[in-house]
Amino acid sequence: MPYQLIWLIFLLPLFSFLIVSLFLRPFFNHKPQLGGYVAIAAIFSSFLLSVWVLMGVLAAPGHELPVPDVNWVIIEGGVTIHLGLLVDSLTAVMLIVVTLVSLMVQIYSQGYMHGDPGYHRYFAFMSLFTASMLGLVLADNLVFMFVFWEMVGLCSYLLIGFWFHKPAARNAATKAFVVTRLGDFGFLAAILVLFFNTGTFDIAELHGLAVAGALAGTTLTWAAIGIFSGAVGKSAQFPLHVWLPDAMEGPTPVSALIHAATMVAAGVFLVARTFPLFAHSVEAVTTVAIIGGFTAIFAASMGLVMTDIKRVLAYSTISQLGYMMLGLGTGGIAIGIFHLFNHAFFKALLFLGAGSVNHATGTFDMRLMGGLRRMMPWTYGTFVIASLSIAGIWPLAGFWSKDEILASSLGSQPILFVLALLTVFMTAFYMFRAVFMTFGGEYRGGSPEAHGHPHESPPVMVVPMVILAVLAVVSGFWNVTGQFGVFMGHGETHGFAEGFFGILTHSLPWVSLMMAGLGILLAYTIYSAKWLSAERVGSWFKPLYTLFYSKYWFDELYEGVLVRMALINGFFAGLQQFDTHAVDGTVNGIADGTIAGGRALRRAQTGQLQLYGLVIGIGILAIILSVYFFG
Amino acid sequence: MSIGLEHYLILSAILFSIGLYGALAKRNAIVILMSIEIMLVAVSITMVAFSRYVVPLLLTGQVFVIFIMVVAAAEAAVGLAIIIAIYRSYETIDATKIDLMKW
Repeated sequence: MPYQLIWLIFLLPLFSFLIVSLFLRPFFNHKPQLGGYVAIAAIFSSFLLSVWVLMGVLAAPGHELPVPDVNWVIIEGGVTIHLGLLVDSLTAVMLIVVTLVSLMVQIYSQGYMHGDPGYHRYFAFMSLFTASMLGLVLADNLVFMFVFWEMVGLCSYLLIGFWFHKPAARNAATKAFVVTRLGDFGFLAAILVLFFNTGTFDIAELHGLAVAGALAGTTLTWAAIGIFSGAVGKSAQFPLHVWLPDAMEGPTPVSALIHAATMVAAGVFLVARTFPLFAHSVEAVTTVAIIGGFTAIFAASMGLVMTDIKRVLAYSTISQLGYMMLGLGTGGIAIGIFHLFNHAFFKALLFLGAGSVNHATGTFDMRLMGGLRRMMPWTYGTFVIASLSIAGIWPLAGFWSKDEILASSLGSQPILFVLALLTVFMTAFYMFRAVFMTFGGEYRGGSPEAHGHPHESPPVMVVPMVILAVLAVVSGFWNVTGQFGVFMGHGETHGFAEGFFGILTHSLPWVSLMMAGLGILLAYTIYSAKWLSAERVGSWFKPLYTLFYSKYWFDELYEGVLVRMALINGFFAGLQQFDTHAVDGTVNGIADGTIAGGRALRRAQTGQLQLYGLVIGIGILAIILSVYFFG
Repeated sequence: MSIGLEHYLILSAILFSIGLYGALAKRNAIVILMSIEIMLVAVSITMVAFSRYVVPLLLTGQVFVIFIMVVAAAEAAVGLAIIIAIYRSYETIDATKIDLMKW
């Protein structure tokens, strides 16, 4: 097949968006399932094409496919921006992740969104999001990429605020948009810095320049930091992490697709895509590692105490994204992207499980759940598999990638290794806390408005979860002997790529397994066996508990101090004063001066005809005399 | 002493100044109208004098003055009519009292 077909991968969902929003929604609103079918057909075709691309990339020498590009903007003698696709191993992996998770989530959404009045709108936005995300992954130059980067941000905004009648959803959507925008500013600045220094937007050319050393020093560092600030915003890294927990106001499948598997991973992808720029700047790569490592433990600590299951998962996502950044910063592309690849499946599955539970109980509050393992066996089983996977239990997917990150951070940043190891413990604890609170014990009644008895979700929701559960088990096997690292073409695999059982002959995997086991045991002790009461433990660590539960007061800091005091009362108030006094003052001053002048001059209008005549006479005399003497 | 162009011009200037003074300084509207007529006559004298001394063979300027006199007569008629109209509404023809158009 010709390589031009790769364009279809992101054009198909785009067409589906146009068909659903321009044709189905206006004319076939009484048949909502049509929109779902169109969107799913489009994404399924994209998925098949992505599999074909992956096969092609695996077989191609250098793991790269040539795709003819198109000139987009031509400024004579200045800039030529072409629309092109960069199809290498990184792209192929991301294509599989995005299309597969998107396909599963959209199939699941048919059940979850059943009967929602905005069904068509939902599938239209989902298609648009998938198209933008695929475009972002495929783009071969930074401008093209930035366009899609903003488009996924827009789709995120639209889908978080999908139930716009809820004020919380509206505010969360705005918050997500504004906070990520702060990071995007850095990304845009970095693109311009790179362009003014090199004259190109092309990613492959920039790689070449960085490798050749033509692009180096402070310029490179600042450009890399700027790109990373875009990634910090999108991937909800500290200090721009505040938007992701609030983004949980959107429909749960949206959280699974956008805020767990794909869009938030776009930041990690961006760093991986421009990795040669980071690799040649020690400062930049260290920043990535430190921010990532810190975010991992920082977010996990807040996940420990949340009672809303989606918020636990949200903090878990931030923490895992921190892991990916840590992997990128200490190990390289293969390690970070391998965790992204595994994380996408098990985290999407966890969110779909949370959605399934919500479907049954009508709430996300884990204190109102409990005992669901008997009523929802499939959801329970898949959720436990995903939790084991994220906790890093051998031989599930999470184990293989997490272990590599730990090994690579031990190699370069021992302090970050300790943080990462603590995070393993916390991850296992909060995930199994969620499992035991949701599925263990006795049913605690669900939402007050819940209808009837909780029951298992329909097959349309369960089947995607089972498929993702299988992936959450097997996706890690790709790198058991280090093939993934080889495929990424950089070979920086720091793990113990010695096969399925060979890895267990090393001590590090045992340390991390022990930490994870301890976390699970502690969760069991407190929330299942109840040997210790949660309240007792909470009161022992009262200050810490309050600190975590209040999310380190970051929302208060940003809203109260930065936004309200610094911006609204400080900067904006200053601008207001300037506007009132300087700008309005000038305009009003001119008007007042004119009026006052007119009022004064009006006295000259005496109505005395002869006075006018006299003035005219004197005037003419003055003109004549001046012409006579000076002319 | 022969009478030259400059004598006519001086006469004209004197007449014009008298007229201007009268137009600006007098209160009686009829006197103002008369002063304006004097200024007009002064201008006419200038025109005739220039016609006579500068282009003696052409009568255009002299004929033109006849026209000016006709127009001046018409203007005087209109002016007097206005004064009568003002007198009817104000019961005065004192120019300083007619100041309805002031601020």
